Amino acid sequence: MYDSGKVITGIIVFLIIITFPVWYNVARGKANYVPELEYPVDTGRCVADSAYIRAYHMDLLNTWRDQVVREGIRVYRAADGRTFEMSLSNTCMNCHQSKENFCDKCHDYLSVSPYCWDCHIDPKELKR
Amino acid sequence: MKIDRRKFIKFTGLTAIGLAGTPAARAFTGEDSLLVNEAGRQPSVENPLTAKRWAMVINLKKCIAQDGCTKCIDACHTVHNVPDFGNPKDEIKWIWKESFEHAFHEQEHEFINEALKHAPTLVFCNHCDNPPCVRVCPTQATWKREEDGIVMMDWHRCIGCRYCVVACPYGSRSFNWRDPRPFIKELHPDFPTRVRGVVEKCTFCEERLARGLMPACVEACPEKAMVFGDLEDADSEVRELLRNNYTIRRKPSLGTMPEIYYII
Repeated sequence: MYDSGKVITGIIVFLIIITFPVWYNVARGKANYVPELEYPVDTGRCVADSAYIRAYHMDLLNTWRDQVVREGIRVYRAADGRTFEMSLSNTCMNCHQSKENFCDKCHDYLSVSPYCWDCHIDPKELKR
Repeated sequence: MKIDRRKFIKFTGLTAIGLAGTPAARAFTGEDSLLVNEAGRQPSVENPLTAKRWAMVINLKKCIAQDGCTKCIDACHTVHNVPDFGNPKDEIKWIWKESFEHAFHEQEHEFINEALKHAPTLVFCNHCDNPPCVRVCPTQATWKREEDGIVMMDWHRCIGCRYCVVACPYGSRSFNWRDPRPFIKELHPDFPTRVRGVVEKCTFCEERLARGLMPACVEACPEKAMVFGDLEDADSEVRELLRNNYTIRRKPSLGTMPEIYYII
């Protein structure tokens, strides 16, 4: 290989630059950063258990949306028999007091931007 | 101060009347009237209002007599977060007033009653039995609900192509050319706003019917000029009105079969 010294140095420099964010965060002690979410004071009242909600809340909300808008079904029967109105603004946000410190914080961390709040209103945001 | 028995009884009586009358008065004057339905039940998704075919009868005589009244329009536009852009080019309207000759140009003629000709006529989505907007929608964002005939809007699905705006012969549909949220005077948290690039219109207060409440306009009308009910139920108030009055519909010759009837 011609100029192997330069090429290999180049590759190493490239790898260092491309992995810079990882090194930087490790050096600053932020490698294990997990957003701290604000949970409802009154826990255990959620429409499903937290493992399911954590993994599938977007599917649940999509199902709610389709059932309410397309089929006119508004009452959700939870696995344990309790019933809820299928509503993001009125049911979810009744317990989850802070959109910023719950929804947004995690969504920002994962770099996803759902457009729920383009239309739906956070009742707490309204009061401010 | 000395109070004799006579005075005491008078005061007690008046106080009792006052206490009993307060909730009723509040229901008529305040915003509570938008929250509690006629039967006095708390609104809940557990007891919705249902019908086989929702329809509306508007008594134009009663409506016109209330000159300059905009209570139904205000109520509707408040509970549905309808923005006010302050210019007719971007205007969003769910329910509005049109002069009689424009609303009913098939019935209008040269020598028509001068008072009627320019009379402000209440118009909104006709929730047609054969809705042309539904036929043209490429994403089924608007569709006719088979169980009760309401022409629905799904703002999640609307792509803003505006075919429905062109197809609707009544001008009932408005397009959001701009982001509406900054132009909503008072945000109503129970109902979503829309975003730029979707079409909106009256939905017969589908979300209120689901909670057992009458449409906001019907509830707000001080003259009870708007009557809402089930067209398939022969004993309903709308059928009673249609039986006993001569009624007209907008542009019947188009075959859209509108479900808003006008007593003139």
